[in-house]
Amino acid sequence: MASYAHPEVLVTTDWVAQHAADPNVRVVEIDVDTKSYDEGHVPGAIAWAWNTQLCDTVVRDILPKGQFETLMTQSGVNPDTTLVLYGDNNNWFAAWAFWQAKIYGHKDVRIMDGGRKKWLAEGRELETAPRTATPSAKAYRASEPDYSIRALLPQVQQAQRAGNAVLIDVRSPQEFTGEILAPPGLPETCQRGGHIPSARNVPWGKACNEDGTFKSADDLRNLYGAEGVSQAKPVIAYCRIGERSSHTWFVLKYLLGVDNVVNYDGSWTEWGNLVGAPVEKGAAKTAGQA
Amino acid sequence: MNVENYAERRIEIDGWPVNVSSYQLGTKWHAKADNVSPGANLARAEADSRESAEQQVIDRARQLLARTKRHEV
Repeated sequence: MASYAHPEVLVTTDWVAQHAADPNVRVVEIDVDTKSYDEGHVPGAIAWAWNTQLCDTVVRDILPKGQFETLMTQSGVNPDTTLVLYGDNNNWFAAWAFWQAKIYGHKDVRIMDGGRKKWLAEGRELETAPRTATPSAKAYRASEPDYSIRALLPQVQQAQRAGNAVLIDVRSPQEFTGEILAPPGLPETCQRGGHIPSARNVPWGKACNEDGTFKSADDLRNLYGAEGVSQAKPVIAYCRIGERSSHTWFVLKYLLGVDNVVNYDGSWTEWGNLVGAPVEKGAAKTAGQA
Repeated sequence: MNVENYAERRIEIDGWPVNVSSYQLGTKWHAKADNVSPGANLARAEADSRESAEQQVIDRARQLLARTKRHEV
């Protein structure tokens, strides 16, 4: 069985249980449901809210560099800290935080394989009192943003027109076809349903096992290889707002070692609202038609 | 405190698959419903029993899912 390209970015629940109190380790929970942390969390873990602390709350954008630095400083994170991220829904928003931490150059970022779900299922200890980190004595200084792992609209439009990249739409099949405009139960946030023409549909959750852990490297290679993902072409992952696709970006970049993969965080809430943007509806074409 | 009695089950509400998970922490039961494929959270509740916590999230999920429109493709 092949191993992951970068196994060092994953830690087990056992590892976290043993290292959560290590002063060089900062464990952070990031959930879709930002109240989950309050129910109980990994002892010693702090929480980041994706909708207020991991984005620009005025302009639609990722966290600005200065705010990222402030978040790290207040979280007691130094450039040498091992940052361990986990969350609900198979680490959906933990991957979003991982992606941003990499944009700003944090060296040692890891994800707890299986996330919150596995921690709960294993009957582990939960701490219910919220934790507040002691801020770092020295202000955190981030690197200049590395946008080589992020796609903005012009890059995606150019790739779509030229057909020189593999577009992976990681939303559910119903969102991909245009049957629904947002995940069931959530508000519709786009004007049109469907997908970017030529995109392949690989729902993000297919990368995970039932217990929330990531599938094996062999299984992942088969899953994405069947949809045209290889080292031969750049890969652009997208979803609705960019967080599910950060999960797929993580899988492709760090577990499979795909060099040229980017996350298009504008995703369908950008493309599906653009005047004049080409949209394809229905199921993905078979490989021969693509 | 350690988590006890964690369980998950999949049900269908108005044609949508819904994942219901619950667990006990001390004397309280916590339940959560999500919409499976996207994995987005629909509802979360706390109660004195598993049945009560799960029923609350199922009821709330039903309300939210009823708002989901299916469009012709």
